Amino acid sequence: MDLLEYQGKQLFAQHDVPVPSGEVAADVESAVAAAERIGYPCVVKAQVQIGGRGKAGGIKVAVSQEEAREHADAILGMDIRGPRGEGPFKVHQVWIERASEIEAEWYASLILDRSAKKPLAMLSAMGGMNVEEIAEKDPGALARRHVEPGEGFGAEQAVALAGDAGIPEQARGKTAELLSRLYGTFTESDATLIEVNPLVLTRGGEVIALDSKVTIDNSALFRHPELAKLEKGAVEDPQEQMAKEKGLTYVKLDGNIGILGNGAGLCMSTLDVVAQAGGDPANFLDAGGGSKADAIVDALEVITSDPKVDAILFNIFGGITRCDEIAKGIIEASTRIEIGVPLVVRLDGTNSEEGLGLLADADLPNLHVEKTMLGSASRVVELAKAGAAA
Amino acid sequence: MSIIVGEGTKLVVSGLTGREGSFHGLRNRDYGTDVVAGVTPKKGGQEVDGIPIYDTIAEARAERGANTSMIFVPARFAAAAMEEAIDAGIETVITITEGIPVHDMLRVYWKAREAGVRVIGPNCPGVLSPGKANVGIIPAQFFERGAIGVVSKSGTLTYQIGNELKQAGLGNSSIVGIGGDPIVGSDFIDVLELYERDEETELIVIVGEIGGDAEERAADYIAERVSKPVVAYIAGFTAPPGKQMGHAGAIISGSSGTAEAKKEALEAKGVSVGKSPTETAQLAAEAIGAKA
Repeated sequence: MDLLEYQGKQLFAQHDVPVPSGEVAADVESAVAAAERIGYPCVVKAQVQIGGRGKAGGIKVAVSQEEAREHADAILGMDIRGPRGEGPFKVHQVWIERASEIEAEWYASLILDRSAKKPLAMLSAMGGMNVEEIAEKDPGALARRHVEPGEGFGAEQAVALAGDAGIPEQARGKTAELLSRLYGTFTESDATLIEVNPLVLTRGGEVIALDSKVTIDNSALFRHPELAKLEKGAVEDPQEQMAKEKGLTYVKLDGNIGILGNGAGLCMSTLDVVAQAGGDPANFLDAGGGSKADAIVDALEVITSDPKVDAILFNIFGGITRCDEIAKGIIEASTRIEIGVPLVVRLDGTNSEEGLGLLADADLPNLHVEKTMLGSASRVVELAKAGAAA
Repeated sequence: MSIIVGEGTKLVVSGLTGREGSFHGLRNRDYGTDVVAGVTPKKGGQEVDGIPIYDTIAEARAERGANTSMIFVPARFAAAAMEEAIDAGIETVITITEGIPVHDMLRVYWKAREAGVRVIGPNCPGVLSPGKANVGIIPAQFFERGAIGVVSKSGTLTYQIGNELKQAGLGNSSIVGIGGDPIVGSDFIDVLELYERDEETELIVIVGEIGGDAEERAADYIAERVSKPVVAYIAGFTAPPGKQMGHAGAIISGSSGTAEAKKEALEAKGVSVGKSPTETAQLAAEAIGAKA
């Protein structure tokens, strides 16, 4: 789960990581009232889970009530796209905070290093750009240090990291203190990523987190009820929203072939073979292990609600999943919803003969059974092309 | 021979009294695995279809000589169950449970390393050594005994490839599902090392997917330490960018974590990479045919 900037900053504040004081607002009047309480100059920041907000016009400084009103009015309701065209994300909230007098901008992050199996702290005195840019421009400028799990990120280690990163000597103590507290936030909140970009040295000599990017491990939310109940960044896509409500793992893609597989690996592999056959997948939908008929009905509802879909492929290799359950789900779905486009089904593995028998008996219109994974991919690509042309 | 599980496996199942645990635990026994005990706190003294239940893994080990544990308990209790197995002196811990908090797994990982205990998983289908033992949820009917060692991040994809190998008349020494979680007890490298030493294994198939850099590290390891032929399959070429991993993660691995990067890394070290599960099985068949 990714936190919004303000949620991350509030989490930082709870762990005594210095952040500018601020307030969140969902309408212009509340935003203006917040700005009045905070004082000027203040910054009005769009709360969406995407980078590049500043470039998109989602971050503005206000020096007066009029400007605060003007910026809040412009930013609330704005659609922001990410640097790689992600989104658009509509701005439902702004965060108003006191403007900081910036002496220097740095970069700090804590991540879980999957290879080393240890948390990794990274710090750079280069700021104002993202970590890829820093690494590309000057890899040596990104200081790194693994943290021994269970030992914590002690002052000595943190000061050494600040030294490696080339943080000015007089600011190293405060930077190290902030990093240690950030590490406390990381472990106590079950975070898998904390990024502070920029980490700022103010003219007054304070070191503060001017932005926050925090990812919390979904598997650990059971022990963080206060985080679990935070408002999520809105899911804008209607199919993704619907899938979420039904508890399905669904990712929207740009193509016209609806895909369902069982297991994330097989499902990804199905997308790949469809693309190799010249098709364009419309989605990733992992029905998971042991899917029952109801889940298949739900999945078909989600896939067919996407108007771009011209044909659908079900690629099932039953292990725990029983192919007769999948067949029952398809037959059940055909009585409840209008599928409307050709459906190619490949059933193999556990109870595949029973499943194929059920499908043969039901004799559904526009249902095409294929024996192999590659055969089913070519077939669905043909049918989708015919459908798109029609 | 085979690796990780085999004729010498004496299995204790944590969570054998649960619905899933009993279903798969008994299936494992029906396959021929020596399931010596189950463990559920406060249910010691009961039985599940003739298998004795103990309160603790330590008791199961002392009374029944268990050397391997399978963890099938709910996610929030699974890390504690793994630690219990490590403390009890179990040699191999195979964790099927998915959804274990990653910070818990960090702790368990290092505890296991220090104790010299092999951990497979979590969030994995387990390990099958055809004709000998099955620990986990791998459907054994799709695999025959043979000379190909499989190690995979993904369950169903492995069944798909196993089935294609079977149709080509080929079998497996072992099938190891290492799981796709960010922190897993054993990586490709750990399993490659075992297959390299295993006399029955003549060829190794690795099945990877996007994210992390385990495949890239495996490629380096293969070049340096593996003398047996290796064939690979990677899933996720069409996965949408930006959905698979955070920005900071990519920097560490020195790789984007994409399927393309993994394929290139493997091919650069002489590993043939199949475009589909079908082609991967064909490559394996050709490679082992050429060897025979």
